[in-house]
Amino acid sequence: MTVKNLRYYREKFVRHLPTRFCPGCGNGVILNAFVRALDDLSIPQERVLCVSGIGCSAWIPNPYFSGDSLHTTHGRALAFATGAKVYNRNLKTVVFTGDGDGAGIGGNHLIHAARRNVEITTILVNNMNYGMTGGQTAPTTLYGGLTTTTPYGNPENPFNLTSLVASAGATYVARWSTYHVIELTKSIKEALQNEGFSFIEVLSQCPTQQRRMFGLSGTSSEAPQRILEMFLESTYIRGQPLKNNYLYAIPKKTPEAVFKSVETKLSGFHPKLKIVDHMAFGRIIKINTERVEEVKRSLKDLDDVEKVADPLEGKIELGVFVKCERPEFVKTLHNIIERVGENRYGV
Amino acid sequence: MLKAGKHLVLGNVACAEGAIRAGCRFFAGYPITPANEISHHMSIELPKVGGFYLQMEDEIASISAVLGASWAGAKAMTATSGPGFSLMQEGISYAHMTETPCVVVDVQRSGPSTGQATMPSQMDVYQAKYGAHGDYEVVALVPWSVQEMFDLTIRAFNLAEKFRTPVLLMADGVIGHIMEKLVIPEQVEIVDRRRCSSREAMPFGTDDPSRVPEMPLFGEGYRLIVTGSTHRESGFRDESPKYHAMLVKRIREKILKAESEISDSVGYYLEDPKIVVISYGATARPSFGAVKKARKGGLEAGLFRLRTLWPFPDREIRRLAEAAEKLIVVEMNSGKILREVERASRGCSEVLSLPKIGGVLHSVDEIYKAIMEAYQ
Ligand SMILES: Cc1ncc(C[n+]2csc(CCOP(=O)(O)OP(=O)(O)O)c2C)c(N)n1
Ligand code: SF4
Ligand SMILES: [Mg+2]
Repeated sequence: MTVKNLRYYREKFVRHLPTRFCPGCGNGVILNAFVRALDDLSIPQERVLCVSGIGCSAWIPNPYFSGDSLHTTHGRALAFATGAKVYNRNLKTVVFTGDGDGAGIGGNHLIHAARRNVEITTILVNNMNYGMTGGQTAPTTLYGGLTTTTPYGNPENPFNLTSLVASAGATYVARWSTYHVIELTKSIKEALQNEGFSFIEVLSQCPTQQRRMFGLSGTSSEAPQRILEMFLESTYIRGQPLKNNYLYAIPKKTPEAVFKSVETKLSGFHPKLKIVDHMAFGRIIKINTERVEEVKRSLKDLDDVEKVADPLEGKIELGVFVKCERPEFVKTLHNIIERVGENRYGV
Repeated sequence: MLKAGKHLVLGNVACAEGAIRAGCRFFAGYPITPANEISHHMSIELPKVGGFYLQMEDEIASISAVLGASWAGAKAMTATSGPGFSLMQEGISYAHMTETPCVVVDVQRSGPSTGQATMPSQMDVYQAKYGAHGDYEVVALVPWSVQEMFDLTIRAFNLAEKFRTPVLLMADGVIGHIMEKLVIPEQVEIVDRRRCSSREAMPFGTDDPSRVPEMPLFGEGYRLIVTGSTHRESGFRDESPKYHAMLVKRIREKILKAESEISDSVGYYLEDPKIVVISYGATARPSFGAVKKARKGGLEAGLFRLRTLWPFPDREIRRLAEAAEKLIVVEMNSGKILREVERASRGCSEVLSLPKIGGVLHSVDEIYKAIMEAYQ
C-alpha cells in the first residue's frame, strides 16, 4: 500500500466536506479506508457504484463519495444494488450499510445476496445500535447492553454476522474494527477483487451513542479514542499468535475502588496493572504477568473481585473467515442468456 | 417472444409480451396468484432477448431491484397482487421522489389480507393512488381485455420513460386469467427516456416545460448522486423548505400538467345518454353487455370506460354528469371509484353505486337491472 497525503484522497474521492458525522465518528475512518483501497487498486471511480440504505453509515458514500451513488430505502440497499449490478455488470458495486440497516430491517436481503453470491462488496458498519435515530437497541447490541430502548439491559443476544453471512454462501467474509485501518483497507481490496459476494463487518465507534452502552463516563471528547482502544482490547485476530501473559480482574465496584486491594494482594508477583475498557465487561483491571496461574489463584479469595477473566474471554474474533469460490450470480445469468441463444435484440 | 399476428393467449402472457416489445429487459418479482404467469413468461422470454429475470426474496426486494436496474439503464418491471403491492409501496414512493421510470403491475385479487387469494377484485384502486407515503401524483392504467394487457403495458413503459415516473398497471384476476385473441402488430411505438445532452445536465431539475429532467445513468461518469431524501437539482441532499417545495411541486406538476395527454377513456353510446354506466377493467365487460342490451330495449344508456384511473378524468366526468340524469358506477369492490365520480360530478347528476364483493364479476343482467331501475 502506498500512502499518499490526505489532500490527494480528499480532492480525488470526496465530494463534500466537512461531513455531518459527529466528531470522532467511525464513518470517516471507513470512507478513508475505502477510497485508499480504490486508489491502490486503480479502480476508476467512474466505474464504481456505491449503494446505501438509511442510517448514519448510509451517508458514507452519499453524499460524500465522489462517484455514482444511490441512497435508497432502509435495509434495501442490497436489493437495489443487485438490480443495478445484474443489468450493468461493469459497475464495481459496493454497498454501505449499518447494523440496523443490514442486519435488522434488511437482514433478509443480506442472506439472500450472500446466497446468490452476486458480485457486490458489502461493508457493514457495526456500531451496535441504531445511531441515526437515537441509539436504540439493534440486532447487534451485546446481551445486557444499555441503549435508549433497553434501559434495563438488552434482553436479546446479538447476531454473529460473519458466521451468518458465511453460512448463507458469501465467498469473502471478514471482520475488522475502525482501530484496524490497515487490515481493513487490505481487506476491502481483497473484497473488491473477489468475483462474488464479499462481506466485511466493521466494528465502528459511535461516540454519541456508545458512551451509554459502554459506560464511558468521562468527557465526550475522550470517548472516540477510548472506544478505539476498547476495540483493540476486546478483539483478537484470527491466525495470529495469542498472548497469554495477562488476565482481567472484573471488579465488583468501580475499578478505581478495587485497584488498591488488587495491587496489595498481588504485590508479590510484581504485575503491571492498568484500568482498561472492555466491550464485554466494561471498565476492568488488566493484569500483565508471567505468572498467570498463580495470580489467578491468588485473586480467587479477593472479595472485591467479581470474576477473573482469561485473555480470550468475551473477545470478538477479527480477520478473514471465508475466501472461496462458487458460481457467481450475474455470470450465471449471462451464461443462461448465451445458452438460450437468440440474442437478437441485445440489451 | 410471439411473432406479429393473431394469437390466443392469457392476459398475463399478453402483459409479458407487451413488456418485452416495449423494451423491458429486467424483471424482478415474487410469486403470487393471480400474477404468476407474467413471471413465468418473463423467465422464459427475457433471456432470449438478452434480458434478466430475477426471483427475489420478497416484493420489497423486487421493486428495489427494479429501481436499481432502472438507474443502470434498464426498462424494468415487476408484477404482483394485493399483499405484494402493499409491500412495494415504500419502493414506489422512492421511485416518485427519485423520478425513476418503472412499471408495476398489480393483478388485483380479493382482500383484505389473503382474502380470496385466487379470486379477482378491483380493491386496490385507492392503494394505487394513496398507498405510498408522501405527496406525489400517480399514473395508473387499467386494461379490460387481453389485447389491452398488451397495449397498455407498452403504454405504461412509454409513459414511465417519458415522465420519469413509476407507472401502475392495475389489472385484475379476471383479465389476467382470461384467454382471448391478441393481435400483435409488426411495429409498436416506443418511447425512451431522455438521456443527458451534456455533462452539465441536472438530473433532478430542468427548465424544460415538460418539467421532466434528463436522466443520466450509472457508469457513465456523471458521478450521479441519487437519494430519496429531498435534494437539489444536482441530486445533492438539501432538506430545506425551499428545495422540498420545489421538488414536490415539480414531480406533481409534471403529471398534472400532462393530464390530458395521459388520461385515457372510451365512451360507448354517449350521444344522448340518460343513464351512464361508469366502469373500468373487467367490470366494464358486463357493463358493456348491459348497456348494449338496454340500447336494444330502447333505453338511452351509455358506457364510459376508464382506461386510466389516475390521473382521474375530472372534466369528462363533470361533462357526463351535466349531460346525463344518472351515473352508475360499476366496480368489483365496495364502492371506491364511486367517490371519485361523486366528487368530480359535483352534484350535477345522481350517482348510483353497483358494488360487488365476493370475488366474482357482475353479471350482465345485474347491471342491466340496475340500469332499468335507474331509468324508472
Ligand atoms: C422503513 C423505515 N423505518 C425506520 C426508519 C428510521 N431509521 C432511520 S435511520 C435508522 C437506523 C439506522 O441504523 P443503522 O443501520 O444501524 O445505522 P447507523 O445510523 O447506526 O449507522 C432508522 C430505524 C426509516 N428511515 N425507514
Ligand atoms: S450518531 Fe454515531 S454513527 Fe451517527 S454520526 Fe454520530 S457518532 Fe456517527
Ligand atoms: Mg448502527
